[in-house]
Amino acid sequence: MIHHFDTIIVGSGGAGLYAALEASRKSKTAVLSKLYPVRSHTGAAQGGISAALGNVEEDKPEWHAFDTVKGGDYLVDQQAAHILAEEAVQAVYDLENRGLPFNRTPEGRIDQRRFGGHTRNFGEGPVRRACYAADRTGHMILQTLYQQCIKNEVSFYDEFQVVDLILDGSVCSGLVVVELATGDLHIFAAKAVLFATGGFGRIFKITSNAYANTGDGPAVCARRGIPLEDMEFFQFHPTGIMGLGILISEAVRGEGGILRNRDGERFMERYSPTLLDLAPRDIVARSIQTEVLQGKGIRGDGKIDDYVHLDATHLGADVLAAKLPDITDFCETYLGINPAEKPIPVLPTAHYAMGGIPTDTSGRVLLDKDGTVVDGLYAAGECACVSVHGANRLGTNSLLDLVVFGRRAGLHIADYVSQAAAADPSESAAAEAQNWIGRLTDGAEGPHGGHITDQMQTTMMEKIGIYRNENDMAAAVEEIKELRERYGSVRVQDTSSQFNTDLLEMIELGNMLDLALITAESALKRQESRGAHSREDYPERDDDNWLKHTLAYLDGNEVRLDYKGVDTSIWEPKPRSY
Amino acid sequence: MQITLKIQRYNPDTDDAPYYQEYTVEVDPNARLLDALMDVKRFQDGSLGFRKSCAHGVCGSDAMRINGQDGLACKTLVKEVAEEDGATVVVEPLRYLPVQRDLIVDQAEFFEKYKSIKPYLINDQPVAEKERIQSPEERLQFDDTTNCILCASCYSACPIPEEHPAFIGPAAIAQAFRFLADSRDKGEEQRLPVLDDADGVWLCENHFKCTQACPRSILITKRINQTKRMIKEGKGDK
Repeated sequence: MIHHFDTIIVGSGGAGLYAALEASRKSKTAVLSKLYPVRSHTGAAQGGISAALGNVEEDKPEWHAFDTVKGGDYLVDQQAAHILAEEAVQAVYDLENRGLPFNRTPEGRIDQRRFGGHTRNFGEGPVRRACYAADRTGHMILQTLYQQCIKNEVSFYDEFQVVDLILDGSVCSGLVVVELATGDLHIFAAKAVLFATGGFGRIFKITSNAYANTGDGPAVCARRGIPLEDMEFFQFHPTGIMGLGILISEAVRGEGGILRNRDGERFMERYSPTLLDLAPRDIVARSIQTEVLQGKGIRGDGKIDDYVHLDATHLGADVLAAKLPDITDFCETYLGINPAEKPIPVLPTAHYAMGGIPTDTSGRVLLDKDGTVVDGLYAAGECACVSVHGANRLGTNSLLDLVVFGRRAGLHIADYVSQAAAADPSESAAAEAQNWIGRLTDGAEGPHGGHITDQMQTTMMEKIGIYRNENDMAAAVEEIKELRERYGSVRVQDTSSQFNTDLLEMIELGNMLDLALITAESALKRQESRGAHSREDYPERDDDNWLKHTLAYLDGNEVRLDYKGVDTSIWEPKPRSY
Repeated sequence: MQITLKIQRYNPDTDDAPYYQEYTVEVDPNARLLDALMDVKRFQDGSLGFRKSCAHGVCGSDAMRINGQDGLACKTLVKEVAEEDGATVVVEPLRYLPVQRDLIVDQAEFFEKYKSIKPYLINDQPVAEKERIQSPEERLQFDDTTNCILCASCYSACPIPEEHPAFIGPAAIAQAFRFLADSRDKGEEQRLPVLDDADGVWLCENHFKCTQACPRSILITKRINQTKRMIKEGKGDK
């Protein structure tokens, strides 16, 4: 079945919905989502969205842009960061005007709080820049944008899973999609396609990410010859709930929470004398891991799954109830503790992909180091790499990224489709997807994917984690390659065509294996430490050789690497200390 | 500990009627019920159908009936529903919504009812300042209703649709309240007639099942009663 649209948005999180609102004003638009729209992982973002409103103390977009660049260990493209920080201010007002219930100051303005790596006057000390709605800011952004989509009658195709991208030379002409309800394959012909499929933290064992975060957009692109940028940079959030990985917002530290080791010591004093617990996430995650490995975790056994304490007891029950109610609830539900009375046991959890599908600041997907544009193909949000996060994203900048670049992509699409020729893919465009799904469901004997998923996640967690080295990463590449070969004989156990969630998960596993391989290979080849990529065998940042973005091309069971320059047109890279 | 999951299975295309299937799983008492379901899905029977995503109670995908109580599988710990080793936990789909497969229900009707109350800020006046001014006290009026994740647990828990399937349901009313009580909203005229309808708020009999089921701790029954009061007073009592 072929459906014809001007614009197809894949994914209904913050970036997808914002783009849909803009694109649907001027073009026939549909949103495809493998989940119901309000189930997207944007809704799990907690702490805030940064913008230099200056509502509670002096602030400037320029400071915000600088913090973003420095936080990303100078791998950020600086004009993109400038756009992010400048447009943040109007973006937040726009969300408020559309109904988002931000917490308020006594004067009734949007309240703001501190967050990691966000500083006044180029690093002098923490600044209150994060606008927030309790600790469910992402939930409120998702709800508000979905509400606006209802108001504006945006068309949704719920529970449709994208499996392939149709390219006509370097022009995008649509997608191949499987419908969960029927198992039917559909072709969606479109002049413009936007991927806004979110992250892929599920390639790791312990993650804050949803089951749905399997990187479908980047994987589909990679299989069609589009490079993925900076995939070695994967953020481990310092504070996940021990064992489960459920996110405990940085807002806990923004409100004054303190990390302590088994001696009760505020160990961040040793690692980040100025920003302390509010240092950027890569630094805090490494500090926790170092404490744990030195036997200063709470158990004290030096094992990798030991943990530290996040102490919020001094904040008081009232502050926790007003500003961190969900965190309080998570602690009570999953740990059986009240954070007003007891410290929270935490350890780092795989959280955010800085890398992804390379785009320009209008969301247009780029094919190579020369910036060749794939006409009609766009990406925004976590699945994209603009790059505003460089080697390490600052907290609150992900929600901002969604809103700013989702909107910019939507606006560009509306212009583009008004003059682009209609797309006309043939039925044969679905052939490869048909083969893939046909193989998974042909009823032949084959392993189920459950164990492969498990092994991939363990390999990535143990060997492509916070601290990395040549031997481990080389082993990871080989292990992932072997798993990919085993995937070639996987079969689903569910033989039904209706609501076959088994098929959905096996498709997702294929996507994750592609991304795991690209991530591991990109990491293995970068011989320096920068931001979230921290190598025991190359502990220093090396600007002479490595101040460049990785572009990784998937080629069968191999990954081919290329590199492109970083925009450092505003600030010269400097050593990074806090 | 070891538990038995007694799960209602149904594939409308191949089964004449729903039936129960039992699975035995080894699981940590502190694990989520969702973890037990995932264990079955990954290592025992890939054909088991259920939705899930965030796995920590904020996306609303895995609402289902667990031992007859509506809630989220990812926010229900095994030890809460299985008291001792060898215990059986009964897992069924939400009520009132058509079963599409096993624990997967068609939520279209639930969302249509939600959409009917115009769940978006209605205010055509231009914004005088950068943001619309709202005091912390004004915001607090509707704070808890903004927690809603539209999981439909309350809808399934409510006894009213048994007799009145067209009842708009607790979630839609609570979300109507979320806007009616927002000092920035001007949508009373458009929303109150929907709520004051024969299928609207007056069918609620204060059973409090919705409030008990809500995984986001929203005082739904109280908000329904406040909405009734708004209608009686002829307009929003802001």
